[in-house]
Amino acid sequence: MILSVASGKGGTGKTTIAVNLALSLEGDHPVQFLDCDVEEPNAQFFLKPQILKRQPVFVKVPELDKDRCTFCGKCSKICAYNALAVLKDDVLIFPELCHGCGGCTLLCPESALREKEWKIGILEFGSRDTIDFIHGKLDIGQAMSPPVIRAVKEHRDPSRIVIIDAPPGTSCPVVESVKGSHFSLLVTEPTPFGLNDLQLAVETLRLLKIPFGVIINRADIGNSDVADYCQMHDIPVLMTIPTDRRIASAYSEGRTIIEILPSYKKKFLDLYTKINELI
Amino acid sequence: MKQLVIISGKGGTGKTVISAAFSSLASSKVIADCDVDAANLHLLLHPEVQEAHTFSSGEKAFLHSDKCTMCGECVEVCRFEAIEATEEDTIRIDSISCEGCGVCSFICPAQAIEMRDSMSGEWFVSHTKYGPFVHAKLGIGEENSGKLVTQVRRKATEICTQNNLDYVIIDGPPGIGCPVIASLSGADMALVVTEPTLSGIHDMKRIIEVAKHFKIPTACCINKYDINCENSSRIEAWCQEHSIPLLGKIPYDEEVTRSMVQGYPLTEHAKCAASKEIQELWEKLLNVLKKENK
Repeated sequence: MILSVASGKGGTGKTTIAVNLALSLEGDHPVQFLDCDVEEPNAQFFLKPQILKRQPVFVKVPELDKDRCTFCGKCSKICAYNALAVLKDDVLIFPELCHGCGGCTLLCPESALREKEWKIGILEFGSRDTIDFIHGKLDIGQAMSPPVIRAVKEHRDPSRIVIIDAPPGTSCPVVESVKGSHFSLLVTEPTPFGLNDLQLAVETLRLLKIPFGVIINRADIGNSDVADYCQMHDIPVLMTIPTDRRIASAYSEGRTIIEILPSYKKKFLDLYTKINELI
Repeated sequence: MKQLVIISGKGGTGKTVISAAFSSLASSKVIADCDVDAANLHLLLHPEVQEAHTFSSGEKAFLHSDKCTMCGECVEVCRFEAIEATEEDTIRIDSISCEGCGVCSFICPAQAIEMRDSMSGEWFVSHTKYGPFVHAKLGIGEENSGKLVTQVRRKATEICTQNNLDYVIIDGPPGIGCPVIASLSGADMALVVTEPTLSGIHDMKRIIEVAKHFKIPTACCINKYDINCENSSRIEAWCQEHSIPLLGKIPYDEEVTRSMVQGYPLTEHAKCAASKEIQELWEKLLNVLKKENK
């Protein structure tokens, strides 16, 4: 089963939920943890995996063979991302704008373009007890995280429960992360910001036809609008976590909830049971 | 005109609360919400929309199935796994996965694939009691949020110049990727809002590296500094070592959530400790911005 944890709004507790669920299931179930928040991967601080292998992530970008080029301009005309500019006697290539579609190389009438690999990030593979851990890291200054997310997900292991920690938001990196999940957990907080972004996340998952449930974190702050919204739209609230200074303090030090409050392990196992009933 | 962008790397550290407070404190400014993916600033500024514009990020492939000969060449060339041959011997294009490169339409021997403009968001120019406000809403699951961010910033700077205003206050998105780079590039200063957690510190360091990469002068502030004073001291030491001015330490304050629920910028009514600290932060930022001028 592939289970993704997403949120819309940042800082609501995605990583906390994903990590504690993984640690609660571990031992009884084979678990794989994929941190797909490749812009800011943070699960490492809580799972503290031993990293065993690193592997760069490349995208394919064009490279010019100037001897063959007639500067006809076709490549720049077909490029939807303005990644090539053809001058009188040169072709400028902007790899950071290139999506790696391969169009220019394929369609160049003189075969003057070939593809080379351009590094945009790195994957790290490791383990924590029986948990198989993989995360991606986008290189500083690189704009496009989806290829790194795709690279992380290529290593998913269907024989395990795959837990995906998704980035915040609702746009392409989130879609890339949650696509193909059997279930998504949306973590929110009961504030106007939490509600607004939850509604966006719900729309995203409906569009992708992924079943989902909500977890309300710091459930006693703010107001009841999130709970009311869920009730009105028949969205199951699968777990609520009260504000607890001990949890906040543990989080700040990279410690997990079940480490400081072991009774939560049962709650996370119950959560997993509820998810299974909903799929 | 000075452009100040508020960013954080990590989500949920308090960018929007601080941006809203600055919006109420600054006297002569345009406000821009560049978190187009999950915008929240409007919830505190209550905009009256004066102009609404649609935004097209590009094109998407559309299949004319009557012309399709099922040769499968499009499936071969698509690198985004957006085209598949179904079991019923038809071609299916998944418009969510389509990145609009158009390669399928170029190579299709039957001209069965057309590239059509896709509407992927809206942007607005609004009036608020704090001043002009430019904001946007990206379509669900859409891409190219960087391009929409650029559009929002372009309009905000245009309004700023036309009306001879002093500042553009930009509420930025989380992360370090495309919409962040679009929010950051060319700004006069970036204020990084962090929190004293291991994640907050790690993400702060990464976003400061990004700002440095694009040569944007950077200052820092710690939100909820008192939830872990030891980590806050570490941030202070790190900032000092890297010559990043640390301009504020905002305490954890329940008033922050209360003002959010009531829907106004913290500094407008609340006389709490957090509000006072954000006011001082704004004064210090103004001084730093003025120095950047010279």
